[in-house]
Amino acid sequence: MKERESEEYKNRCEEIINFYPDKRQALLPLLHLAQQKFGYIPKEITLYLAEKLQLPKVKAWSTVTFYSMFSLKKQGKYVIRVCNSLSCYLKGAKRIIEIIKEELGIKEGQTTKDKRFTLEVTSCLGLCDISPAMMINEKVYGNLTPQKVRKILLKYKKE
Amino acid sequence: MKILFKRIEKPDYKPDIKSYLKNSDFKALKKALRMKPEDILNEIKKSGLVGRGGAGFPTGLKWESAYKTQDFPKYVVCNADEGEPGTFKDRIILEKDPHSIIEAMIICAYTIKAKCGFIYIRGEYFKAYEVLKKAIKEVEAYGFLGENILDSNFSFKIFLYKGAGSYVCGEETALLDSLEGRKGQSRIKPPFPTFVGFKNKPTVLNNVETLANIPHIILKGGEWFSKIGSKNSPGTKLYCLSGDIKKPGVYELPTNVTLRDLIYKYAGGPKGKIKVILPGGVSSPVLLKKDLDVIMDYKEVEKKGSMLGSGAVIVINEKRCIVDINKRILDFFNYESCGRCAPCREGIKRAKEILEFISEAKADLSDLELLKELQEVLFDTSRCGLGQAALNCVRSSIDKFYEEFKEHIVEKRCKVGVCRVGR
Amino acid sequence: MKKITLTIDGKKVEVEKGVTILEAAKKAKINIPHLCYHENLSIYGACRVCVVEIKGRKRLEPSCATLAEEGMEVRTNTSRVRRARKLIVELLLATHPEDCFTCERSEDCELRKLAYELGIRDLRFKKARKYHYEVDFSSPAIIRDPNKCILCSRCVRVCSEIQGVGAIEFANRSDKTQVLTFFNEGINNSECVTCGQCILSCPTGALREKTEIDKVWQVLSDSEKFVIVQTAPAVRSAIGEEFAMGAGSLVTGKMASALRRLGFDKTFDTQFGADLTIMEEAYELIERIKNKGALPIITSCSPGWIKYLEHFYPELRSHLSTCKSPQQMFGAIAKTYYAQKLNIDPRNLVVISIMPCTAKKFEARRPEMCSAFYYWKEKLGLKEEDKFFDVDFVLTTREAARMIKEAGIDFVNLEEEDFDEPLGISTGAGVIFGATGGVMEAALRTAYEVVTGKTLERIDFEEVRGMEKIKKAEIVLDGMKLKVAVTHSLSGARIILEEIKQKKSSYHFIEVMACPGGCLGGGGQPLPTNDEVRRLRAKSLYIEDKNKHLRKSHQNPAIKKLYEEFLGKPLSSLSHHLLHTSYVERGRY
Repeated sequence: MKERESEEYKNRCEEIINFYPDKRQALLPLLHLAQQKFGYIPKEITLYLAEKLQLPKVKAWSTVTFYSMFSLKKQGKYVIRVCNSLSCYLKGAKRIIEIIKEELGIKEGQTTKDKRFTLEVTSCLGLCDISPAMMINEKVYGNLTPQKVRKILLKYKKE
Repeated sequence: MKILFKRIEKPDYKPDIKSYLKNSDFKALKKALRMKPEDILNEIKKSGLVGRGGAGFPTGLKWESAYKTQDFPKYVVCNADEGEPGTFKDRIILEKDPHSIIEAMIICAYTIKAKCGFIYIRGEYFKAYEVLKKAIKEVEAYGFLGENILDSNFSFKIFLYKGAGSYVCGEETALLDSLEGRKGQSRIKPPFPTFVGFKNKPTVLNNVETLANIPHIILKGGEWFSKIGSKNSPGTKLYCLSGDIKKPGVYELPTNVTLRDLIYKYAGGPKGKIKVILPGGVSSPVLLKKDLDVIMDYKEVEKKGSMLGSGAVIVINEKRCIVDINKRILDFFNYESCGRCAPCREGIKRAKEILEFISEAKADLSDLELLKELQEVLFDTSRCGLGQAALNCVRSSIDKFYEEFKEHIVEKRCKVGVCRVGR
Repeated sequence: MKKITLTIDGKKVEVEKGVTILEAAKKAKINIPHLCYHENLSIYGACRVCVVEIKGRKRLEPSCATLAEEGMEVRTNTSRVRRARKLIVELLLATHPEDCFTCERSEDCELRKLAYELGIRDLRFKKARKYHYEVDFSSPAIIRDPNKCILCSRCVRVCSEIQGVGAIEFANRSDKTQVLTFFNEGINNSECVTCGQCILSCPTGALREKTEIDKVWQVLSDSEKFVIVQTAPAVRSAIGEEFAMGAGSLVTGKMASALRRLGFDKTFDTQFGADLTIMEEAYELIERIKNKGALPIITSCSPGWIKYLEHFYPELRSHLSTCKSPQQMFGAIAKTYYAQKLNIDPRNLVVISIMPCTAKKFEARRPEMCSAFYYWKEKLGLKEEDKFFDVDFVLTTREAARMIKEAGIDFVNLEEEDFDEPLGISTGAGVIFGATGGVMEAALRTAYEVVTGKTLERIDFEEVRGMEKIKKAEIVLDGMKLKVAVTHSLSGARIILEEIKQKKSSYHFIEVMACPGGCLGGGGQPLPTNDEVRRLRAKSLYIEDKNKHLRKSHQNPAIKKLYEEFLGKPLSSLSHHLLHTSYVERGRY
């Protein structure tokens, strides 16, 4: 985590803290920002936020570990979220996950060696009408078939 | 008859303020600001609107409770943490008609005298978040949010707040804790949020769909609304159909529609032959083919031993294994449990384990009795709705598909060939 | 306070409005089983064992978190309730390692007791998969075993609410939830002050002290070693509880006898060290006031408190007395003065201390606590590698009791014996060190006479006794009004330190004890240690004090001789080398 990135982040912190009516509640938005900027929640940032929000640092850390969208390990450039809840499961999510694992050579929760892809198997993403579905960062991909998935991954791999 | 989707289904309707002004012009808000809070409450009570998030609590009573509580400041929170598997209706409203939610929140704030509101939206709804962000800015620019709205003495601001990947934050008290920047762990009720809510102040928490109905009720009156759909829970409901169904999607229908019509008439019918139906997502006890004529309102579904919940109808066909389905469901609850209370955290873990054993031919028949007991105790003792409802589906599955479970355990056979029992 | 009436199990109970059903039931002589509820901590409402049936409510409700209301009808033992309790405990047992045979808490494990009392005779989750978490051995004083943790949060709450340290907290969610330190770096790499309050609050064997029993047995059977034992004041009114004697039973004589039988070459008393501490500290107080040094001066015999200040308020460490604790002063004197007296090579002199405290294990290992070594270094031509500590091993009250039991000693029926001399001689001032306010009172008894030259008529300073969080007093010493304060528990310490930090403190002298109640409520004491037990332990100590012939530290003949023969006078150069210490700045991790 570079110095400059850290400075940029800390500058935005003040803004976000002042935006919300309650200081303490700024923790989640600040963690979202950190996750977005650094790809994970660094220890240094957790300490910084605890101090800034006047929280015991174990409480800040405890909050980070509670939510599945915050990670303590750096995630890849593209975070693939595949839903494995009932509706997607019924429509073949298991196979989709297997294919992604094959194509990228990683297991659930892991990141590819080139740091480009992370595979997360998640709970219902609210895309049951287009199941089986997945998200790559903010983009939604639905009505997946094994072919479609391979095509999509290929597109990202080329970028 | 459509209420919520009337605008959305217009071909040229966009989620920007221009479209909203053209189609609704904030008429409901303008009318409400000229009404007395007591009159607004009367209309909502008269309408018979009940919460569309799953609990089905009378909205009028909830607003009234917060209105009566003499403790300030008060808050209005929109629960946009849609997470019940099979549910995707709120996503549609947020992405396609965000201003309706904002308008409803402003009306609520005016009624209960709140100055600040939050929309707690799940972190994975990136698109809806951006749409809402833009919509809030537009409404602020138009003067319907901020100080002195429409020259009344009333001021109200809405903040967008992102969840971070936790199903349990859809439970109202867990949502409040999360909104305060903590972990999403439920609080003990009573006291209810309308007395002790955000920062321990009176808070009205409503689901997206519930709020979406408010402007229509204000405009056309509570009595008009009460005549639509079923008597017990009037109005329309956004039913989400998914699973083994030909036309998955959201269907807005009056609440007196039957499950049969919903599946066959509107959603194209099942893919394959129906084995079970979960009318309210994975938290609901199962319904069978013989229950198809149930009216899809809260009371009628309850009478049939199930739960309408969020209206997430998941259809499951005969090619599926009931053990495997329940294993998947318990996997979900196990992952999403907040972990605070012992019955939920430990009970769901062990229930999931038992189902794994059943699917691997390592269980006994007594394990089925154990699952039943777990369900009853979790219902009785869990701290919040997640634990209370988690074993609903598996319990009803054992009651209604005992033979299939028995076959797995005693004969080590999975008829549909999904579980690795015999191998 | 308004009174309300409710019915519990058919019996009408009148209580004050605002109490919970659990508290109301206690009044009706029903102890509703519970695990996460703790009388001194905030309500957690998560174990759900305390559920009861309330008429009109759909589900069972947690009695610890539900307020009693007028006209409520509560049932605490219907079959529905009993089945729920049993199943919940069975679920907790399903996760729990099955090693009750070898677990240190097997005698007083709350989970085991509950399982028995609830009538659980069959564990139905037979095939349940257990956890295999890593045990945290990093701390010198406390071991954390997450496998035995039932996630009741008592340790988290005590560390945060009572001690204001917050070194541990829940991480993750669902069945991955664990109690961990910041970024799971281990207790030793956190601000844990090793006070051990977490051990006292833990219902199972998940938290326990790092035992040194084996090492002590080893030296006892080593014929080349001369083994001395010293026991803290707070041990003598608590160790009896480990032998089913009433809470707070005063067992000084039996304790001395038992220790002698274990094979210690000399059975001495930390109270001797306490009297010595008073000598040094009273003179230090007087000198600091005279020279306008850093005031208020704060006592320094509680190692958990010292570590706390070193982590959280290191900039204020000039306020601490430079005096070592009685344990450490004793060790230093034993290996110098006493070793000389007996003509023993100090390297063969082993000092064991028995403490109510877990932090003493940390204190004995502080790198600077080897003054005796430096005293002897030149004289014996020792090298740095030969360094030895002033105190070799520390046993908690619980550990000492286990050794006595292992030796088959019939503690309850022992004859009373005295401590050996000279390091077993002590005054009443030394005894009261074990209670909050005791150090202050002991110091005042000496300071008064030293400063005024007059005899102290009123020996008992009631104002500094008792369980109030912060106690204040004013004593006139030769025309000067000495303002003193006493606090216990680290949340009390924080209040005092914040005042000092903001330059609003008006005190001259402050006593701080890390543990609620003082040392008698220490992390190494028998379980249970609750408000009632602490009160009874304190009572016994004050009785022992009253029954002593000599009640002021400076009257201790052995201490007088120590100064005459060896140290010279308080704050002499030798005193400084052996009996005083310094403090460090510890990180905020």
